[in-house]
Amino acid sequence: MKRYFTRKVLIYLLTFFIAVTIDWMIPRFMPGDPVLNMLAKAGSVHAEAQEVMYGYLTTAFGLDLPIWQQYFNFWKALFHGDLGVSVLQFPRPVADVIKSAIPYDLLLLIPSIVLSWIAGNKFGAFAARSKKLDNTILPVGYILTATPYMWLGILLGWVFAIILKIFPISGAFSYALKPAFTWTFIKSVLQHWFLPFASLFIVQFGGWAIGMRNMIIYELEADYAHYLEALGAPKRLIRKYAYNNALLPQLSGLALKLGVIVAGAMSTEIVFSYPGIGYLILMAIQNSDYFLLQGCFLFIIIGVLLANFIIDIVFILVDPRTRLGMQGGS
Amino acid sequence: MSLTVENLTVYYQTLKGVVQALEDATFSLDDGEIMGLAGESGCGKTTLGTSLIQLSGRMRYIKGKLALDGQELPIWDNTAMNDFRYKKVSLIPQYAMSAMNPTRKIGMLTRELIEAKKVDFNQVLPELKRRLELVELPEKVLNMYPIELSGGMKQRMVMVLSTLLNPSLLIADEITSALDVSTQKAVMEMLGEFRDRKYVKSMMIITHDISVLYQIADSIMVMYAGQLSEKAAAETIIREPRHPYTKMLIAALPKIGVRYSEQVLSGIPGKPPLLLDPPAGCRFRERCPAAFGKCLQAPPFKEVQKDHFVACWKEFERHA
Repeated sequence: MKRYFTRKVLIYLLTFFIAVTIDWMIPRFMPGDPVLNMLAKAGSVHAEAQEVMYGYLTTAFGLDLPIWQQYFNFWKALFHGDLGVSVLQFPRPVADVIKSAIPYDLLLLIPSIVLSWIAGNKFGAFAARSKKLDNTILPVGYILTATPYMWLGILLGWVFAIILKIFPISGAFSYALKPAFTWTFIKSVLQHWFLPFASLFIVQFGGWAIGMRNMIIYELEADYAHYLEALGAPKRLIRKYAYNNALLPQLSGLALKLGVIVAGAMSTEIVFSYPGIGYLILMAIQNSDYFLLQGCFLFIIIGVLLANFIIDIVFILVDPRTRLGMQGGS
Repeated sequence: MSLTVENLTVYYQTLKGVVQALEDATFSLDDGEIMGLAGESGCGKTTLGTSLIQLSGRMRYIKGKLALDGQELPIWDNTAMNDFRYKKVSLIPQYAMSAMNPTRKIGMLTRELIEAKKVDFNQVLPELKRRLELVELPEKVLNMYPIELSGGMKQRMVMVLSTLLNPSLLIADEITSALDVSTQKAVMEMLGEFRDRKYVKSMMIITHDISVLYQIADSIMVMYAGQLSEKAAAETIIREPRHPYTKMLIAALPKIGVRYSEQVLSGIPGKPPLLLDPPAGCRFRERCPAAFGKCLQAPPFKEVQKDHFVACWKEFERHA
C-alpha cells in the first residue's frame, strides 16, 4: 500500500514538473511581445518615454534575464505562491485574478462532471434493459457524445437565449447587479449558469450513457452472470452485480476524460462569456499576458492531477482487485 | 427414480439454420446414482446437461418429458424453472474458475445468492462451514475475494456453493478439464463424498475423459453426434461395451504396458457428421464397421440386458 502510494505520488510529481515546464515554455515561444502590447495600450506617443517605459517594464517582469534564469526564477516564485503580475489587469497579481475566476469554474465543472456521470450511468444501465429503449437511445447517445461542446453551447444559446429568451446569453450574473449574498443575485447567478452547465452536461451524459450501456451488456455475458442465471437468481441481483462491476471502467474512463472535459468547459465558457478560467485564457492569449496564461494553465494542471489522484484513491476503495494487486507489491 | 427423461429433443437456432444437437434422449437416473456422460466435443453432452437446468438463448426446446422426483420439470418455461433451479437442480459450470463475481467477497455473494432464493442464510451458515472443512477450504475464504483463491480452491468453493441447498440433481459440466491429474482425482472423490453424505441425491458428470469417470461413476452414458449410444454400469462400459462406437472409443484409450512408440494408438477413422443437417438414421453409420441397411433408420435406445441400454440394430439382432 505504502509502496503503491509513494510510486503514485512520484509519478504525479514528475507529471507536474513536466507539465509546468511546458506551461512555462508555451507563452514564451508564442509570437508577440507582451511589453510592447502594454505600451500600445497605454497609448504613449513620446518615443523617448516609450523607450524608458519599455526598459522599465522588461526589467520589472524579469524578461531581460537569460532564459534559463527566467525559468529558475519562475520555479522559485512558484514555491512562494507568486505567479507574477497580470499584464492584462496590471497591476493585479495573477493569483488574485485566478482566484476570482475559480468559483465560476468549479460551479460549472463539478456539477456537470458529477451529475452527468451519475445520471449517464443510471440511464445507460436502464437503456441496456430493453431493446426498444436501446435502439432509440443509442443513436441519440452517439450523436450527443460526438457533439463539440462549443457547438452545442452556441445552439443552446441561440434557442434559449436569442429565440425563446428564457435564459441570458452571457456573463455569470446580470450586469446590473453587484456580487452580494442576496436572493436576486443568487437567482441571477443560477440563470446565467444554466445554459453553460446544460451544454457541458448533455455532451458528457451521452458519452457515459453509451459507455455504461456497452459495459452492462458485456457484464451480463460474463460467466458469473450466467452462473447466477443457471441457479435461478433473480434478475435484480444479476443486474446489481453487473452495474457495480461496470461502474469501475466508467470510473477509470472519468479519469481519462477529465482533461477533455476541462478543455470542453473552456470553450463553453468562451461561448457564454462566462468569467471562468477558460474565458481568462482567451483574454490572456489575446493580450500576450504570459503570467496570466501560465497561471491559468497551472490551475488546470493542478486541478486535473488532483482529480486523477482522487479517482485513483476511490478506485482502490471500490475495486478489490486493485487493492489486492497492490499487496503483491507489483 | 430420481430423474426420468423421455424423448428430449433440443435444437440450436443459428444463423445458418437449426443445429440438431440433441435427438430423442430417453434415459433415467436412480436415486444416489452418479452417471458419467461421455462423448467427444460437440456431441451434445453439454446441451443435454444444461438443458436440464437452463435453456440458453439459442437453445430451442422441441419435445420431451422430464420428471424429477416424480415432479414434472418444466424446462421449456424459464420462469417456472426458477423454482427448481439451485434447490432441486444445480450446476457446477464448465467455467467454475470465473463463476464468482470478482468484486464481491465470497461470503457476501453466497449470502446474497442464498437470500435471493428466500432461504435464511444464518441457518445455512453452520452447514456451509462444515462443508468448507470437508473440501479442505479454511473458513476465512468467506472473507476473501475470488481472485485470492487458486484455481483448485475456486473449483471447490463453487462445488460447495452449488450444492449448498441439497439439490436432487447436480450437473457437473467438464469440471475436471482445467485441473491437473491429481487434483482431478481429489475433485472426483469429493463429488462421491457429497453423494455419500446425501448433499446431492444424484449426479450427472459431463466429461470427455472416460478414465476420470471410471474412478467414480456408477454408470456411464455415451453420446455420439446428438444421439445416445449406450448406457450401462461403468464397469460394463469399460469391460464389455456393446455399441460399436463405445467399443472403438474404449479401444482408443491408452493401455498400461503397451509402448505406443512401437504400436500406434488406435483411433476411429472419419469425422462425426455436421449437426446442421445430419444424415437420417444412426449418425455413427458412416464410421461404423458393422453398419448395414437397417442403420438408415434411427435405432431406439433399448435395454438389452438389465440396466444396459444400447442404440444399435446389430445388438438388437443379437439379443432378439
